[in-house]
Amino acid sequence: MLVHSRKGKWATWAVFFVLFLPLFALPLLVVLAASFATNWSSAFPSGFTTGHYTAATRGESLQALTTSLVTALTASLIALVVGTWAALAGHALKKRGKRLLDALFMLPVAVPSVVVGLAILVAFSKPPMLLNGTRWIVVLAHAVLVTAFAHQSVSAAVVRLDPAYEQAAASLGARPSYVLWRVRLPLLLPSLTAAAGLCFALSMGELSATMMLYPPDWTPLPVQIYAATDRGALFTGSALAVVLMTATVLVLFAVSRIRTKASYR
Amino acid sequence: MTGGIRFDRVSVAYEGTTVLDALDLAVEPGEVMALLGPSGSGKTTALRAVAGFVRPAAGRVFIGDRDVTDLPPYRRGIGMVVQQYALFPHMRVEDNVAFGLKAQKVPRGDIRGRVAEALEMTGMAAFARRHPRELSGGQQQRVAIARALAVRPGVLLLDEPLSALDAQLRSGMLAELARLHRELPDVSVLYVTHDQIEALTLADRIAVMDRARLRDVGTPRQLYRAPRTEFTASFVGNANLLPVTVGADGVVFAGTELKVPTGGAARGATATLCVRPHLVGLGAGPNALTGSVAEVQWRGATHRLYVDVGGHRVKADLRELQRPPALGDEITVHFAPEDAVLLSAGVAAEDTAPVTAGEAAPVTAGKTAPVAEGVTRDG
Repeated sequence: MLVHSRKGKWATWAVFFVLFLPLFALPLLVVLAASFATNWSSAFPSGFTTGHYTAATRGESLQALTTSLVTALTASLIALVVGTWAALAGHALKKRGKRLLDALFMLPVAVPSVVVGLAILVAFSKPPMLLNGTRWIVVLAHAVLVTAFAHQSVSAAVVRLDPAYEQAAASLGARPSYVLWRVRLPLLLPSLTAAAGLCFALSMGELSATMMLYPPDWTPLPVQIYAATDRGALFTGSALAVVLMTATVLVLFAVSRIRTKASYR
Repeated sequence: MTGGIRFDRVSVAYEGTTVLDALDLAVEPGEVMALLGPSGSGKTTALRAVAGFVRPAAGRVFIGDRDVTDLPPYRRGIGMVVQQYALFPHMRVEDNVAFGLKAQKVPRGDIRGRVAEALEMTGMAAFARRHPRELSGGQQQRVAIARALAVRPGVLLLDEPLSALDAQLRSGMLAELARLHRELPDVSVLYVTHDQIEALTLADRIAVMDRARLRDVGTPRQLYRAPRTEFTASFVGNANLLPVTVGADGVVFAGTELKVPTGGAARGATATLCVRPHLVGLGAGPNALTGSVAEVQWRGATHRLYVDVGGHRVKADLRELQRPPALGDEITVHFAPEDAVLLSAGVAAEDTAPVTAGEAAPVTAGKTAPVAEGVTRDG
């Protein structure tokens, strides 16, 4: 720590808690409390029931959870493949081409996601590219939105990768494709998993573009939560939110386990 | 695979800066050639041109009798060891060594044996199941060498392989490399280093490089005993470079007549006399020089004295003295005539034409090139 005096340390901790608790921790705790509550008339929810969870983990809600998980996993996978590919290709480009590619991939992040959603809706509503009304349009939108993050975090890692490894591999007679699979990608694995986790988390929480695109048979969890709170079912909404949070955190935890294993080497 | 490397007027430029200028050099099959030079001299670039990691702007590179200039690195049939080893951190030692064999689709049945053989050769068999991070620097170096040798390359490229090791390990690895080369007599080795000891110890011939150009080629003995240029003299070993005027039967240095072989240098010409510090003796003798002690350095086994003679510093490495002289003392040092080499003047690096391998190769070293006219016999 940069602060050395005892008083200074206490002050820093105090500032940290004053900022952290109300801004980050408290809202989440309130949602958690609300998900178990029966009554919310004063400042904090009161009463206790697990009934909201019974509702939140069956039927339509359970389906929304699987929808979200499948969408996020597929979108992250697409984003990871496309982003990594672009990062590796970009690395081989000259300076100007690389900058152009970076800008291109950052575009969906710079543009508001509602606009991206609308653009995709317009682009894929007519044959021959008729995806509107299918689940694929949701997956596609998520992939477009999160690829930027995959691309960015993988390109940062590609730049840091010591060229000595691939050169050593090439000098031993390995063709570029063999070097890619056996040396470069394994060495990039820590950042690939980090990128995958980031993409997954972003996709799990995506609402604005999804709202414009989702077909009736493919309702991701955030949409369900929005619908629940919109019609006034705050407790059900809270329970669904906790389910969404838990599912996301569990998957991220699994991904980070792979990452620790990969970076230990 | 036949060994041997040949550079045919190879030039390399990065964004307009020439880092290797028309290099002509041949490494015979089975020969160890050291590329010796300060950093930025182009020696590593030359090695990378053989490996295929830089593209020459002009000239051709041959491995054996194959023109490899346009071949990608993986089709050149080389083995390479670099300073930072570049062992694959995600693979065990045995998988690192097997990498090249698998990449080249060597039959599965043969791989185990060849990996074991390579590890045995470098004394790393007991570490086959370890990961690189569990090994010391010296052990990693051995694995890197085993990995390069496992593919049975015709030429082995070593890029400052010992510079990341501490001094003690380094001398051990030098002996090890010499032994490996005796066991693999057909492999040509191109050894890039800035360390003259490594070059003198290991190389059959040394190519001295400076500022993108080849300055000198010869056996370690030739370059050490009879350097042609001031640069070679000072870079291969330590040297006193004394400005002298050629006289009738020797040279004149700071007003003192010195008896040294002049090798037919023109009388009255200015030249540089090279005397190795460890060949300078204390006290009276032939070619005595008297001056005051400017500095005394005790180096354990030796004393290094800097003696001011007529405004020039003369270095003398003497076996540890019982009573070293004090600063400012008048002392006399001397050297034997046959221990001095006269370099002709104006040969200092700047305006020399690039040395071609033909001129400097040992076969033709007896016939001195024009610039080397002042060189004395190999004494």
